[in-house]
Amino acid sequence: MYAIETKNLTKQYKEVLAVDGLSLCVEEGELFSLLGVNGAGKTTTIKMLSCLTMPTAGDAFIFDKSIRDEAAAVKSMIAVSPQETAVAPALSVRENLELICGVHGFSKEKCAARVKEVSELLGLVAVFSRKAGKLSGGYQRRLSIAMALVSEPKILFLDEPTLGLDVLARSDLWDIIRALKGKITVILTTHYMEEAEALSDRIAIMKDGRLLVCDTPDRIKEITGENGIEAAFIKIVKGAGK
Amino acid sequence: MRMLCFAKRNFKEIIRDPLNLSFLFGFPVVLLLLLSAIQANIPVSLFEIQSLAPGVAVFGLAFMTLFSATLIAKDRQSSFMHRLYTTPMTPVDFILGYTLPLIPIALSEGILSYLLAVILKLEVNIYILLALLYLIPIALLYIAIGLLCGSVFNDKQVGGICGALLTNLSAWLSGIWFDLDLVGGAFKRIAYLLPFVHAVEMERAVIVGNLGASLSHLLWVLGYGVVTLVFAVLLFLRQMKRG
Repeated sequence: MYAIETKNLTKQYKEVLAVDGLSLCVEEGELFSLLGVNGAGKTTTIKMLSCLTMPTAGDAFIFDKSIRDEAAAVKSMIAVSPQETAVAPALSVRENLELICGVHGFSKEKCAARVKEVSELLGLVAVFSRKAGKLSGGYQRRLSIAMALVSEPKILFLDEPTLGLDVLARSDLWDIIRALKGKITVILTTHYMEEAEALSDRIAIMKDGRLLVCDTPDRIKEITGENGIEAAFIKIVKGAGK
Repeated sequence: MRMLCFAKRNFKEIIRDPLNLSFLFGFPVVLLLLLSAIQANIPVSLFEIQSLAPGVAVFGLAFMTLFSATLIAKDRQSSFMHRLYTTPMTPVDFILGYTLPLIPIALSEGILSYLLAVILKLEVNIYILLALLYLIPIALLYIAIGLLCGSVFNDKQVGGICGALLTNLSAWLSGIWFDLDLVGGAFKRIAYLLPFVHAVEMERAVIVGNLGASLSHLLWVLGYGVVTLVFAVLLFLRQMKRG
């Protein structure tokens, strides 16, 4: 059983074909990156996989549960950390985490244990009682990821998790994401090629809604004959445009 | 459980905003004290405490629209709602979660208004409790307008529409600050086709124990409340479906 399996997944918005017959599989525990320029279809793919929008055609399965027909079961297994830091600004770090435990129906004991574990993992203990709206950008991003992790997801979607962060905050988040490898399945979208290369087990490159390549970073470099993933990405995307 | 956790969060978001608190508790206090002072010097029947207090209590509820619409609009814009859409929360959890926490907030505004009115010589009787109870359908109407506006507009638009336009409209067309007979004509007819004046007259009737007269006004408030709530729920579900 795959963590994620998409079969001819397609999304059409009026005249725009945002995702065009996407078929791929992601293994459990894998860290899988979706790369592409703006409008490639990454965000739409994540929106479909997280049941935020319905496919126009095809289907996807999260641990064998259809995103079309079993959305409630899918939602109980996934968590999303959106591109913008989606936190409740007037609530403290602890209250934000407890809110997510609450909406997932955790018992008081389980909630306390999860909040403690996740806040330690994400280095949030020092700001535990501070209001989320008063935190720095780096800490807000950590909290946003912590809110996704606290619900014990089997699959975590990280949409541009390090966008706008300084070098140190990005490095800290990379360490956190690395620590998740093998424990849960992570789907990462990013514009930073070095980030995808450093963190991912496999990378999928999309353009105009279509999947161009899906392989390990080393294999992608080998196929294109490039030394870095950025050069390989440019070669693949430009090649597809010809 | 899910809904209560979400409702608790919404309650905290609203009451932890100092601006909200100043609107909620500052306005009724200032208006009651100021207009009572005017009434003491230049007697106007409209500003006698048994007319003024129900009017101020109802006017304060207009801020429930601003609170709920702003919260929903901000949640939509900040992706916070997207995050919650990917949890097992249902549409009912969302709608009740945004609606219920505003009821105790609305009631606390009503309690403050009538407590101050008692200090300003409003007769203490059982009808004050009944008047507080009658505030609930009015509060639901204003919350439903907020749910509707928050589902459609962004937070800046909400500030203009709910913060400025609605509060002014509900003030002018409610007969709280001036007698609608003074303007008369189409203005008065329009006012009586809308729920605001009915909400105020219902409260005024209840506070003097004229329950029979309050019923027709209650029907207007309930009618508008139900229709607005249905539209609000449909619009909320539409934007939820859009993701």
